[in-house]
Amino acid sequence: MQPFTLAAPGDVAGATAAAASAADAKYIAGGTDLVQLMKDGVERPQHLVDLAGLPFDRIEFGADGARIGALVRMSDAADDAELRRRWPIIAEALLASASPQLRNMATMGGNLLQRTRCGYFRDTGFPCNKRAPGSGCPAIAGDNRGLAIFGGSAHCVATHPSDLAVALAALDAVVELSGPAPQGGAATRRVALGEFHLLPGDTPERETVLRPGEIITAILVPAETAGLHSHYLKVRDRASFEFALVSAAVVVGMTGGRIDRARVAMGGVGAKPWRLPAVEAALAGAPATPSAFAAAAAHAAEGAQPLSQNRFKIALMQRALMRALTIATA
Amino acid sequence: MTQPNFTRRGFLGASAGAAGALAAAPRLGRAAEPAGPSGPVRTPDMVDIVLEVNGTRHKLAVEPRVTLLDALRERLHLYGTKKGCDRGACGACTVHVDGRRVVSCLTLAARCQGKAVATIEGLANGDAELHPMQAAFLDHDGFQCGYCTPGQIMSAVALVAEGRPLTDAAIREWMSGNICRCGAYPNIRAAIKDAARRA
Amino acid sequence: MTPVTGLPIDRRDGRLKVTGGAKYAAEFDIDNVAHAVLVQSTAASGRIAGFDLAAAEGVPGVLAILTPQNAPRLAVAAAGEHVVAFPLLQDNRVDYNGQHIAVVVADTLERAQYAASLVKATYHEGEPAIRMADALAEAYAPKHFRNGARPPDSRRGDPEAAWDGAAIRLDLTYRTPVEHHNPMEPHATIALWQGNRLTVYSATQGIDASQHTLAALFAIKPDAVRVICPFVGGGFGCKGVTWPHVALTAMAARQVGRPVKLVLSRAQMYTSNGYRPQTIQRIRIAASPDGRLLGLRHDGISEMSLPAIGEFSEPVGLATEMLYACPNVAVTHRLVPLNAPLPTFMRAPGEASGSFALESAIDELAAAAGVDPLGLRLLNYAETDPHERKPFSSKSLRQCYAAGAEAFGWARRTPEPGSMRDGDTLIGWGMATATYPMNRSKASARLIFGPNGDVVVQSATQDLGTGTYTVMAQLAADALRMPIHRVHFELGDSLFPNAPISGGSQSAASVGPAVLATVDAAKQKLFALALASNRSAVAGSTAADLALEDGFVLVRAAPHRRISVAALLAKNGLDRLEAVGSAAPGDEKQHYSMHSFGAQFAEVRIDPALREIRVSRLVGAFAAGRILNAKAARSQAIGGIVFGVGMALLEQTQIDPNVGRVTNPNVAEYLMPVHADIPDIETIFIDERDSLVNPVGVKGLGELPIVGVAAALANAVYHATGVRVRDLPIRIDKILV
Repeated sequence: MQPFTLAAPGDVAGATAAAASAADAKYIAGGTDLVQLMKDGVERPQHLVDLAGLPFDRIEFGADGARIGALVRMSDAADDAELRRRWPIIAEALLASASPQLRNMATMGGNLLQRTRCGYFRDTGFPCNKRAPGSGCPAIAGDNRGLAIFGGSAHCVATHPSDLAVALAALDAVVELSGPAPQGGAATRRVALGEFHLLPGDTPERETVLRPGEIITAILVPAETAGLHSHYLKVRDRASFEFALVSAAVVVGMTGGRIDRARVAMGGVGAKPWRLPAVEAALAGAPATPSAFAAAAAHAAEGAQPLSQNRFKIALMQRALMRALTIATA
Repeated sequence: MTQPNFTRRGFLGASAGAAGALAAAPRLGRAAEPAGPSGPVRTPDMVDIVLEVNGTRHKLAVEPRVTLLDALRERLHLYGTKKGCDRGACGACTVHVDGRRVVSCLTLAARCQGKAVATIEGLANGDAELHPMQAAFLDHDGFQCGYCTPGQIMSAVALVAEGRPLTDAAIREWMSGNICRCGAYPNIRAAIKDAARRA
Repeated sequence: MTPVTGLPIDRRDGRLKVTGGAKYAAEFDIDNVAHAVLVQSTAASGRIAGFDLAAAEGVPGVLAILTPQNAPRLAVAAAGEHVVAFPLLQDNRVDYNGQHIAVVVADTLERAQYAASLVKATYHEGEPAIRMADALAEAYAPKHFRNGARPPDSRRGDPEAAWDGAAIRLDLTYRTPVEHHNPMEPHATIALWQGNRLTVYSATQGIDASQHTLAALFAIKPDAVRVICPFVGGGFGCKGVTWPHVALTAMAARQVGRPVKLVLSRAQMYTSNGYRPQTIQRIRIAASPDGRLLGLRHDGISEMSLPAIGEFSEPVGLATEMLYACPNVAVTHRLVPLNAPLPTFMRAPGEASGSFALESAIDELAAAAGVDPLGLRLLNYAETDPHERKPFSSKSLRQCYAAGAEAFGWARRTPEPGSMRDGDTLIGWGMATATYPMNRSKASARLIFGPNGDVVVQSATQDLGTGTYTVMAQLAADALRMPIHRVHFELGDSLFPNAPISGGSQSAASVGPAVLATVDAAKQKLFALALASNRSAVAGSTAADLALEDGFVLVRAAPHRRISVAALLAKNGLDRLEAVGSAAPGDEKQHYSMHSFGAQFAEVRIDPALREIRVSRLVGAFAAGRILNAKAARSQAIGGIVFGVGMALLEQTQIDPNVGRVTNPNVAEYLMPVHADIPDIETIFIDERDSLVNPVGVKGLGELPIVGVAAALANAVYHATGVRVRDLPIRIDKILV
C-alpha cells in the first residue's frame, strides 16, 4: 500500500478542505473496498480523509420518504424496522450482499461507490482502461463470464457489483451530494440514482457524476415507492457471499390483480444498475400473470451485447425477472 | 480427559529445546543477533495511537496504512487473529470493534483510536475457563487445522450476541463470511447451537 | 487401562486452537525480524530484459532487493530431481505469468509490500502456450510417472476387440479445470541464520523434505538445517513440495544478515505452490446390454508446466484399473506442456479428478443399460484386484454401498431424470464409489520416560488438522498401558526422528507403526533396567515375564511385584530413559492389494428456472481400516466431502487465455464452499480389522472422502435435470436449458 496521511474532519467543509489540501486525496468511509484496492495498488491516494466523524449516520423519515445518511452501516440499514416495513427490498438487497462482517463496516454511500470486481481491473499486472486509461481491455477477449451484457463499450465491459444500488434504482432513489461550491463554501445537489453512475464509453475511469471533492451525504428514498409490492432476487452459484451473476429488483404498484406501474432494475448485467424501461412499459396495465411477466421479460434482452462466455445471462436475467415479479406480486 | 499442558516448556532438558515449537514464543533470534536498534525507521507520516485490545491499552507508532490485523500480529504479537486472504473475503481475521464483528484486514489501525477491540485472546476467562463458544468448538470438533477457528469463534460469539434466530438455515447464512477450507461447517453449526444453549 | 484408541476424544491441540494460542509458521516472535515480499512476473514467457529499482530502493526501511542480477547462486544443479529449483532468481528465464522475479526485504511488512509494488521489470517476451486445447499436439508421456515405479500406461485383455463387439458403447470426454488448494493459512517462512546453521519456521507438510531441500540448495549438511512447524493451517497437498519461496526467504535472510519472514499473499498462492492441473479425460466403455463391463479405456491428459521446471502427472486412470471387474482395460496418461507453474498433488490427486470421469461414465452406462447405478456397480464388483491380480488385504465396499444406501434411502429413488420433485424444485439423487490406495513409508520416533514416569513421544511428522497429535498419543498410551494424560506426542521439528511427508494419506499408517515400535523398544529398555537393578521388586524374573502397566514395571504373574517407572529411574540415578524406534513397510504389497473404499450419496435441489444448484443431503460410507479417533475421523470425512462439493460445483481457477494470468487469484471469486452451501453430512464408518496393511491396521483417511463426491453430484444433477455435465465445475450456465 502506498503511504498516505490521514485526516479526520468533523464536518463537510472540513472534509472538502482536507481533500483539497493534497493531491491524490481520497475519502474513506467503511473502507471495505478502498482498502482492498489500495492493497492491490489500484488506488494510490497520498492523503485519506476519514469521513467517520461526519454527521451522516442516521436514518430519518419524513413526508417525502426516507433519508438514509451515507455513513449508515449496511447492517444497521438492514436492521432498521421502519425501513424494512416501508421498503423491504432495501434490506433484501443488503442482506444478499457481502458478509455480516463487511456489512458491519461498509456504509450505504460507500456501497454505491464500490468498484467493479472485474479481475482485470483489480490486478495491476493486466492492462485496464478503467484503471490505466488507454492501456486496453483484455477482458473483452479474455475471461468475461461475469462481465456486462449491457452498457459496455469497446473500452470496458465491467459490471457494477452493488446489490443495494440495483434495489435503489428500482425505488427511484436519489443521491444527495455535497461538495465545494464554485464560488466557495459548500453546495448540495441531488442526483437520481439512475443518473448517478456513468456508462464507460471512452472514459471508463469516470464512474459517477461526483465532482472533485464531492461527498455522498444521503440516499433519499421517495415516499411514492413505499409499501409497494417488491422483491430483490439474486442469482449466484455459491449460496452466499458471492457477487450476483444476475439480480433483479422489482417494485410494483398494483390495483386488484393488475399492475399500475412497475419499476425494474437488474444487477450483474450492466455497467451500472440496469433499469429496463421497455419491460416496465410492457408491465404497465398488465395483469400479474405468468404470461404477462413472460411477455414483459422478453423485452429484457433488447440491446444486450453478450460476450463469448456470458450469453447465458440473457436467459438467466429473464428468468430472474419473471421470478422476482411472481414473488413480488404474490 | 485432562488437557495436556502444551504451553509449558517441556519437562525434560532435551525436550525443552525440541519442544520449543510448542512452547510459548521461543526467541531464538535474540542470541544470534548483535544488540542494537531493531525498530523500524521512523518516518514523518507515522502517527502515535493508543489501541485498546481486550481491555489493555497499547501505545503504538504506526503508519496510517497499517491495518488492525497487522498491528495486532506484527506489532502487538497477538497472533490469534489470523491472516487468510487479507482482502475481507475469508473471515479469518474477524475481531470485534466496539462489539461488532468486522474484518481486521480491511480496518486501518489508526482509525481504531478510542474504540474497544476484542480478539480471540481476550475471550477465555484467564487460562482456566474457556468461553462457552470455545468449549463448544472443542467438544464438537468445530475445526481441523485451526487456522480459521479464531475468526469462526469471534464471528459466532457476535452472531449469538446479535440475537439472530439460531436455526440451521440462519446460522448457515450468518456464518458465511467465515470460510473453513477443512470443511468443519456442520460441526461449527452444532457448536454454535450448543454454545447458545449453554450461555 | 481401558484402551483409548478409537475413542472420540477431543483434539489434544484443540485448546490451543480455540484460544488463539496455536503458533503457525509466521507467528514465532523472532527479534529483529525483517519482512520479505515476492515480486512476480507479468509476462508468461521469455526473459527479463531489466529492472528499474530506483523507486523501490527509495522506500524508507528497504534493506535489500534480490533479483536474478544480484541473487546469490544456489547449488541448483546438485540439488537433485526431487527439488523444485525454479524460480530461484538464478537466471532471467520467464516461464509463466506470476513467476517469482525478485524479493524485496524491508524493516516492516508495509514497506516491503509497497517497495515490491514499485519494482518494475521489462521483458523480452516470448510466445506463450496458454490454452491446453491448442497444445494437445505437444502431449507427451510422463517420464517419471509415480516416481518411475510403473509405466504411465497399462492394459489387460483386448479392449479394442471388446469395443468392437459390444452392445453398449459409450465414448465420453470429461474435463476438470485448474483448482487451487487455498488452505486458510498462506505459505509462510521465517528464516534465521546462525553462522552456517539455518533455522526455518515454515508451513510445510514435510519437515524432513524441507530440511533436505534447503540443505541441498545451500550446500550445507542436513543437520545444519532445522525446520520447525508445530501447526499447519491446512495443506491439501500444496505444502508438500518445498517451494522456492522457502529457499528465497533463507537467501534473503543471509543477504540482509537478519532473520527474515516471508508470507505469500493470497494472490501469490495461485502461482507459487502448485495446483490441480486441468485434465481432459476420454473414457470408452464397452458393456453388455445389462451393463456388465466388457471393455474400459481411460485416456487422461493433464496440464504441465514447461518440462524444465519438473514433472507432475495427475494420475487419473489408476482407480480405473482396479475398481471394477472388467477383463479388458487400457489406461494412458499424457502431459501437455504450457507456460504455467508446476502443478502438484491436491487432495486425492488422480483419484478425485479421475473418479469424476469414471464414476460419471459408470452412471451414464447405468442410464444406457436401464440399470440402477448402485446395482450396476454391484454387478461389476471386483472381489480381487483385477489389475494387480492379487487379493485385497480387506475390502468392505459392498458394506459401504449397503450402509450408505440405507442411510440415504437410495431404494426410494425413481430412475427417470426430473422424476423427483419437491413442489417445483427438482430433486436429484446421485451416487459414486470412492477409493484410495493405502500408502505407507518408513518412519521413526523417540520415546522419553521422564523423572515422574510421564512419557513424551516425538516424531518429525506433521498435523495438518488431521489429528496426528491426538491419534499418536492414543496409540502410544494404549501400547504403554498408561493413561493418555501422561503421554504427550510432539511433532513438527526436524530435531525429532524423521517421518515422511504428510501426503498420500500416509501419516497414520507410517508414524503409527513407528510409535508402536518405539514403545516396544522403550519397554525392553525399561525391563532390562528393572532386571539389572539391585533388590528390585521384579528381581529374578526375565524380560518375558514383565509387563508395563499404569506406569509400573511388574511381573505379569505376580502383579504386586512391581516398581514404578519413576522409582526405577530414581533408583538408577537417571532423569530419563530414552528409546528410538522405526518401522517400515515390508513386502506385504507384493502379496496384497491395499485400498480404502467408500460410497458417496448426494441429493441436490435445483430451481427449475434459475438453475441454482443447492446440495441438500450428503451421505458418505467409508471403509478405511481401523479408525483411531472417531471424532477426528468423522471431521476428516466431512471435510473431504465438503472439498468435493467445491470441486463439483464451484471451484475453478480462471486463467486469461491470452497471457496466462490468473483472473480470480483471491477467495472472493475463486469460489469455495461457505457455510450456506453445506448441509448436514452423515458419515458412516465400516469397521475393518486389517492386520495385513500395517501394524496399526489403518488405511488413511485424508483423501478418500473427497473421491467420488464430484461424480455423485454430477450424477445427481443429471438425475434432477437430465443434463449431463462433463466439465467441472457444474455451474448455473452449464445447466441453463
